[in-house]
Amino acid sequence: MSTIAIPNSSAVHHDDHSHEHHKETFLTKYVFSQDHKMIAKQFLITGIIMGVIAMGLSILFRIQLAYPDKSFPLLEVLLGKFAPEGRLDPNFYLSLVTIHGTIMVFFVLTAGLSGTFSNLLIPLQLGARDMASPFMNMLSYWFFFTASAIMLSTFFIESGPAGAGWTIYPPLSALPKAMPGSGLGMTLWLVSMVLFVASSLMGGINYVSTILNMRTKGMDLWKMPLTIWAFFLTAILGILSFPVLVAGIVLLIFDRSFGTSFYLSDIYIGGQALANEGGSPILWEHLFWFLGHPEVYIVIMPAMGIASEVMSVNSRKPIFGYHAMVYSLIGITVLSFVVWGHHMFVTGMNPFLGGVFMITTLIIAVPSAVKTFNWLATLWRGNIRFTPAMLFAIGLVSFFISGGLTGIWLGNAALDINLHDTYFVVAHFHLVMGSAAIFGMLAGIYHWFPKMFGRMMNPKLGYLHFWLTFISAYLVFFPMHFMGLDGVPRRYYAFTEFESMQKWLSVNVFITWAAILGAVAQVAFLFNFFYSIFFGEKSTQNPWQANTLEWTTPVERLHGNWPGEIPTVYRWAYDYSKPGHDADFITQITPLSETMSSNLPHDFEGNEEAERIQERWNIDHKSVDKREEVK
Amino acid sequence: MVQNKANEVDRHNLQPKKFIMWLFMVSSIIFFAGLTSGFIVYSGDGVGKTLNVPLPKIFMYSTAVIILSSFTLHYSYLQAKRLKFANQKIGLWITFFLGLVFIGMQVYGWSVWTNLGIYFINSNATITFVYVFTLAHIIHIIAGLMILITALKSSYKKLPNVTNLFRMEIASIFWHFVDILWIYLYVFLLLNQ
Repeated sequence: MSTIAIPNSSAVHHDDHSHEHHKETFLTKYVFSQDHKMIAKQFLITGIIMGVIAMGLSILFRIQLAYPDKSFPLLEVLLGKFAPEGRLDPNFYLSLVTIHGTIMVFFVLTAGLSGTFSNLLIPLQLGARDMASPFMNMLSYWFFFTASAIMLSTFFIESGPAGAGWTIYPPLSALPKAMPGSGLGMTLWLVSMVLFVASSLMGGINYVSTILNMRTKGMDLWKMPLTIWAFFLTAILGILSFPVLVAGIVLLIFDRSFGTSFYLSDIYIGGQALANEGGSPILWEHLFWFLGHPEVYIVIMPAMGIASEVMSVNSRKPIFGYHAMVYSLIGITVLSFVVWGHHMFVTGMNPFLGGVFMITTLIIAVPSAVKTFNWLATLWRGNIRFTPAMLFAIGLVSFFISGGLTGIWLGNAALDINLHDTYFVVAHFHLVMGSAAIFGMLAGIYHWFPKMFGRMMNPKLGYLHFWLTFISAYLVFFPMHFMGLDGVPRRYYAFTEFESMQKWLSVNVFITWAAILGAVAQVAFLFNFFYSIFFGEKSTQNPWQANTLEWTTPVERLHGNWPGEIPTVYRWAYDYSKPGHDADFITQITPLSETMSSNLPHDFEGNEEAERIQERWNIDHKSVDKREEVK
Repeated sequence: MVQNKANEVDRHNLQPKKFIMWLFMVSSIIFFAGLTSGFIVYSGDGVGKTLNVPLPKIFMYSTAVIILSSFTLHYSYLQAKRLKFANQKIGLWITFFLGLVFIGMQVYGWSVWTNLGIYFINSNATITFVYVFTLAHIIHIIAGLMILITALKSSYKKLPNVTNLFRMEIASIFWHFVDILWIYLYVFLLLNQ
């Protein structure tokens, strides 16, 4: 590095094949890779594995909910003392719920989703050779990996994993003696989450810096695809909210291990008063939900960006209301910081404050509705190609609508008195951020699989996967609304213990079988994914005939992305089916001078010289083209 | 070496890396904003939950020390810009030393309080908060010291001045930041006494 300090200007071809002679070992290529595309794949595959595990956990507790009085000897074989006599231990049930939530929200839908697609698409769609700091990017993955390993390792310790719910409210999470799930499992949960936050921050900082500093020539902010806008705002949300969670966790660690009293007061264990005095668990809720609420948008916004891109490409139409899409994302980003109180309506909050949080919460319906209507308008009269990715994107819109509507009920401070902590909430968030976000992620996987692996996934298996998953998700979550309206609380171990809830047992059996169907459907995906990596049909350079920059890179996926110079961008990403053009798409790297027959006045962005040239061309071609003259 | 020139170009594109430092500071600000708003929520909760003991006097002197260190670092940066590398090194060493002194003074502040019976483990968590603020800040100071070490190392190597200056700049940005951070925390605590 010291010998050639400033690149010699005579080395004109310094961009070409700069990496061909670069020695790559197995370790630097597949393990400690600094190539954003490889890191994206690492995030994706780790995320998929974590997702399968978390789904397995959900099947375990669904079996318990459907058959609370039955014994399954197989469970004892598999889980040992966590399922004595073939029935789940109540404490282990709570751990299952906790770890299912934690893994799904953070490890799958935050790291698996943002980590994969931000890493893959930001440099590719913006025209950069890599991230701002490839080293930090690599570190981000390995922190994530370590966090995952620690989280899973808690299944192998004596007292079992953390059991206080994914929101780990104190005092359950602050007193190691409170229950088995508050012991070592909780400590490791905290350690794992601190590592996870570090990973997320390193990733997010990298994404923002790359987007703001490393766009190719011509790629101004308003020419960026909506995916990039979504990743950008998601990363900002992460940077602004995750540190608050760390602050809360630091205080929690002091309470747990050093005997301070931030969250604890007036607690008796076994008749003995604890020394902790003066703290308040509500403080934790404030700190947690200040992250926790933006977190649900960290989960859904990348999925929204992916869906916008996939739907535009496969409707062969420009996205409806590009600017409105961006502003609604910005609106969601800003509003997400002022609504955390709606998770705390029943904590004894001042009703006036509750009213304020209610209003801010309901205002989020506006940008959300803007997005929904724009998606529907994008589909309207499009030449829709129902690829698997497109189906999943449409599925996202469906879930977002049906799950989002119940948000209006839950955001209401008065109705929330009845609905909080019931299955109504479970139904709401599983549809609006769980299913919707996972469908966005799956849409992204089907759509960009050729970019990641150079091969196509099998569409037939994709259709099978989509329909089974779509139907089973509705069958699982829709009935939960009715249980919630009847007041059935979430996180309970066995409803047979309560006279009034026994009638829901048959519904629980139904939901469990629907969940098993959904889980089996994922086998179609897993087989398709791993089989296609090695044996899928070879992909062409631009299999979906899309406009964005990533499809101008060679199929072989070089380190550095483009073999020669990075292409220049001349137009936005959504010139699909432009009237007057012979093909139904115009890539972002096609200059306006090559599309004289389809240029419109606003394409020139006020460049008078270009407008004059176009005008002259229009006059010359008037007999052919009778469109309005450029003024 | 020659085939890695594209790499070299990227490595000399320092703007994105400087931006990373700014973003890191943003997340760090949010971390402290989280802690201090936790303090406000806690102390707004009822009587007897306010910071009812005076802060150790030494914090005033440590504030002076950290401000002074910002000046010495800026001096060092200016000297590096004027290619006076000997002065740059002196400035860096003084800053580094003042950083260590600052940590010592903060720890001494803790011992003043514990000798008075104002303990970390306290039923009035505002006092615990003060310990946590200072501890979290000291961790940032230690990170700052490590960045100073990288700047020091590069000042002893025969590196291109672009690299040397870049490391000086990163060190300055961060060190001034932890300086201002402490002033914020100190003023915050004074106002909430």
